Amino acid sequence: MAGFPILSLMLAVPLVAAFICLVVDAKTARTVALAATLADLALGVVLWCQFDIGGAQWQFQESKPLFAGFSWKLGIDGIALLLIELSVFLMPICILASQSIEKRVGEYMAAFLIMEALMIGVFAAQDLFLFYIFFEAGLIPMYLIIGVWGGVDRIYASYKFFLYTLLGSVLMLIAMIWMANDAGTTDIPTLMAYDFPVDAQKWLWLAFFASFAVKMPMWPVHTWLPDAHVQAPTAGSVILAGVLLKMGGYGFIRFSLPMFPQASADFAWLIYWLSMIAVVVTSLIALVQHDMKKLIAYSSVAHMAIVTVGLFAFNTQGLEGTMLVMLSHGLVAGALFLCVGVIYDRLHTREIDRYGGLSINMPKYALFFMLFTMASVGLPATSGFVGEFLSLAGIYQQSSLVAFVAGTGVILGAGYMLYLYRRICFGDQKNADAAAMPDLNLREWAMLAPIAAAVLWMGVYPESFLAPMRADIQALEARLASAKPAGDAQLTAGQPAMKTEAHSEGAH
Amino acid sequence: MDPILFIVFLPLLAAIIGGLGNRMLGNTVVKSLTTGALFIACALSWKIFLGFLMHGAEPQVVPVLQWVQSGSLSFDWAFRVDTLTAVMLVVVTTVSALVHLYSWGYMAEDPDQPRFFAYLSLFTFAMLMLVTADNLVQMFFGWEGVGLASYLLIGFWFRKPSASAAAIKAFVVNRVGDLGFMLGIFGTFLVFNTVSIPEILVRAPAMAGSTIHFLGTQWDTMTILCILLFIGAMGKSAQLGLHTWLPDAMEGPTPVSALIHAATMVTAGVFMVCRLSPMFQTSPVAMDVVTYVGAATLFFAATIGTTQWDIKRVIAYSTCSQLGYMFVAAGVGAPGAAMFHLFTHAFFKALLFLGAGSVIHAMHHEQDMRYYGGLRKHIPLTYWAMMMGTLAITGVGIVDVAGFAGFYSKDSILEAAYASASQSGRFGFWMGITAALLTSFYSWRLVFLTFFGKPRWAQSEHIQHAVHDDHHGHDHAHAHGHGHDDGTAGYHPHESPLNMLIPLGVLSLGAVFAGMIFSHAFISDGAGEFWRGSIAFGEHLIHEMHAVPGWVKWAPFGVMITGLAVAIYGYVLNPGFPARFAAAIKPLYTFVYNKWFFDELYDRIFVRPAFWLGDKFWKLGDIGLIDRFGPNGSAWVVAQGSRFASKLQTGFLYSYALVMLVGLTAAITWVLVH
Repeated sequence: MAGFPILSLMLAVPLVAAFICLVVDAKTARTVALAATLADLALGVVLWCQFDIGGAQWQFQESKPLFAGFSWKLGIDGIALLLIELSVFLMPICILASQSIEKRVGEYMAAFLIMEALMIGVFAAQDLFLFYIFFEAGLIPMYLIIGVWGGVDRIYASYKFFLYTLLGSVLMLIAMIWMANDAGTTDIPTLMAYDFPVDAQKWLWLAFFASFAVKMPMWPVHTWLPDAHVQAPTAGSVILAGVLLKMGGYGFIRFSLPMFPQASADFAWLIYWLSMIAVVVTSLIALVQHDMKKLIAYSSVAHMAIVTVGLFAFNTQGLEGTMLVMLSHGLVAGALFLCVGVIYDRLHTREIDRYGGLSINMPKYALFFMLFTMASVGLPATSGFVGEFLSLAGIYQQSSLVAFVAGTGVILGAGYMLYLYRRICFGDQKNADAAAMPDLNLREWAMLAPIAAAVLWMGVYPESFLAPMRADIQALEARLASAKPAGDAQLTAGQPAMKTEAHSEGAH
Repeated sequence: MDPILFIVFLPLLAAIIGGLGNRMLGNTVVKSLTTGALFIACALSWKIFLGFLMHGAEPQVVPVLQWVQSGSLSFDWAFRVDTLTAVMLVVVTTVSALVHLYSWGYMAEDPDQPRFFAYLSLFTFAMLMLVTADNLVQMFFGWEGVGLASYLLIGFWFRKPSASAAAIKAFVVNRVGDLGFMLGIFGTFLVFNTVSIPEILVRAPAMAGSTIHFLGTQWDTMTILCILLFIGAMGKSAQLGLHTWLPDAMEGPTPVSALIHAATMVTAGVFMVCRLSPMFQTSPVAMDVVTYVGAATLFFAATIGTTQWDIKRVIAYSTCSQLGYMFVAAGVGAPGAAMFHLFTHAFFKALLFLGAGSVIHAMHHEQDMRYYGGLRKHIPLTYWAMMMGTLAITGVGIVDVAGFAGFYSKDSILEAAYASASQSGRFGFWMGITAALLTSFYSWRLVFLTFFGKPRWAQSEHIQHAVHDDHHGHDHAHAHGHGHDDGTAGYHPHESPLNMLIPLGVLSLGAVFAGMIFSHAFISDGAGEFWRGSIAFGEHLIHEMHAVPGWVKWAPFGVMITGLAVAIYGYVLNPGFPARFAAAIKPLYTFVYNKWFFDELYDRIFVRPAFWLGDKFWKLGDIGLIDRFGPNGSAWVVAQGSRFASKLQTGFLYSYALVMLVGLTAAITWVLVH
């Protein structure tokens, strides 16, 4: 296997399929897209099996110099591996979820396949500019997916999406150019170990922050997300929530933290405050939504705030927890959008009040929806718990206040998700058309069941996901160790005054 | 394979098969499967318990699967079996098995039986995970798992808006406690660098006297850790402040109330404090907090219990109050007495709930005691079962001779509270004595209203419906307007079927004998032998307990008789009296009858502000501020480009391709230039 350019192949398969989709008819395009995404999933499985846990930090490396120091350089570590797996896992499901797309099917499938290639590219790129191109190019197919196949207000939403994300990336590009000049290389692994001057770090950090904060999205640059989600077709929402939002977190973990450790420590307070505000504010906003997609979109912002506090906890629990929250949120938010899609396809409305009592006529659906709701609120033994728990355990060591405020998300999250579930699945069947909806068909079952299995797997035995990234997180923690701010606990040693008595108690 | 694996996983397996199989398998298969699994688990649990009781079995830990290992934070799926666990195992599996059996009868007409039984078994699994936890995180798993099952079962009749509202309330209020629990775990990990319970307990004494900062203020380390964990216990065990979900939880079917909201889940908080008792004892302040909260709860809940009309709500507040007793015991350093009361309470409270269920079953889902009366002639077996439960909960018994279950356990708590000689202990004692009076009063009030006097159900809507339906069936056999002036409206309640009566019988045995048989093992001088270090068993407190003055031992008996006498006077001899008395103390009565206005208060200070804030944050913050001055503020940019944009939307492929190409070229140009 060594030397075989599997990453390039994973990029090429969807790209080739995209071109085929553009020229064939709708039905064939669907088949081609499904086949290509499944092929990529198969390659993803091979990738995971071949990944040598505990081996070299960077594996499956490919390098081909192109021009002017710019090179086609791919390679992954455990962190990238997991995010690539998430992408290839969700893609076939997205294709399945696109059954209701009637308009320009070929172009639609092509956009998704290009999207897939770009996403894998983002996580696999080892050259700064290659990363930038993948990172920003990902905007375009998403912009088209929302703008062409979206809902009524799709134009407004797609512009908002485009403007927000583009604005941030301009600053990042300038920072990248400066970095390439200063360090004399565009190789990401080298840059991750390069010590930039401390005052420069500050500006570089802020420039990257501008881009990643929008992508994440963090409060207050989050308002593009609800609109984008609401207007996007179901599969678009799944990819948006499932993978695109993870690019911000990936950016922090790959660039901001290892490249500018000192600035990260200095700006941690900024992250903490924005995250704390995000958890409380967006959770409360989610509580009053009448639109299912908007509600889940706002809940995504709240969950992403847990990601950012975990990242800036500067310790193993926080960082590993963050990665698990990202993976889990990718699955769970994706699944929740699929759940919305399932009933949207039947009734063509996202208005929560138009549903009710679905547990009666759609029991299978209600079961899946309940599972994903519980995963979203972080019930132990689902994927949501482990990540959230570790992230908060991590940040608690830095600041109990941040852990406490971010922790209120578990209360508010239970509030808005169960309130949503109640209005959709419980109560009487007050709307005749909603009461007449049939339960899940085979296709929908095939979309939701794999995600459900993954959610439970990650909750019960997360070791499968922790193991590949353990060494990488350790390396990152070591890199951050010197800059890491002291925790606020100020624990003093105990003064066991009654040592003998305490001893005798234990003996009983 | 170790028996504990069967005990825990059989209910899970039954729940999964029954829940997913549902209608495909049919009612009888699912019911047999789940009930069978529970009886096997129950038999195995008793075997383990008797092993600890008779032969002094050794505590053991059975590993199952690695769970999480993140840096120095690691915890696994594993089962800890020691005396404390064994006690909980028998409580959980016995009551659960009996409730499964009882539900055959109680739920016989429900269209959704497989789902119900699957939920019951799922609950049992989660509860067993909780009580076998060897680390705090697995305990938290069980903690949340029982919360989920409780949510599902309270909302079992999900068409009823009140049921689904109560379900959400239970989950969310519990989550408030859970946040405290989680922060407690984080703090514990920070201090001890482990979440393994035995390790924490060993190292806790050495941390006494250290300080730590929490939310910017300085605390005694062990005090803050214990208080945070205790907040979790308060949520699950419905202690004052976080109790509001428990009465509403009565929306669930009655077997659920018996299993979850009386015998098992709500005692999880007590179990946690007992399990961590060596840790709590390193902080006198935390112990005082536990005692005061328990004492306040037991009194407050008992007052409300005296005024309610809904038979299930009376028992629910009674549960709340009894849990307060257990916390008082744990708080004064007598976790043995707390666990003993937990043990006996499980039997007699499950009995009372199942008895109430039998009454409700007989009365066509009428739960208002004002529409009962004289039922002892119609449903005599239920009546006797309820009598046993009432004798047990009011603590009937003669000092140094014999008594019902509650007599041993409640009196030992009161004696321990008195003997602890601390201020909080005295507070707990006096509150406990007062509440014992109220307990006796409301318990007998329930019995007299339900089983004595004349039938009063002619006015009940539920009964009228039942009679109405019945008359439609055979209209000609009975002529209308028979003139049923005996208050029965022609309705004659029937005794419950055998599958409901057997559990009542078994639990009655528990209510009568559990105290006598087990008091020696749980709380006598040599009980340290039985507990084997699984709780912080204070031998000296036991000696003190035996040395309390005679009046302390007799006081519970005195108030019990007083409560009974008042109830007889008010509800048998002079039925007009309670209403007159309530009218005389109207403001106080209104306050108590409305449950001290906790629900109204929380609605005003939490629920409504949350929705109001959410609305404002959304409409004024996101839309009014961020969007207005952000993306829309730069609307002129969009306006400028709008003509270009409309071209972009022409839908021609080449224009899209062009856009992408331009973008890529621009990016590459940047690279080339630099």
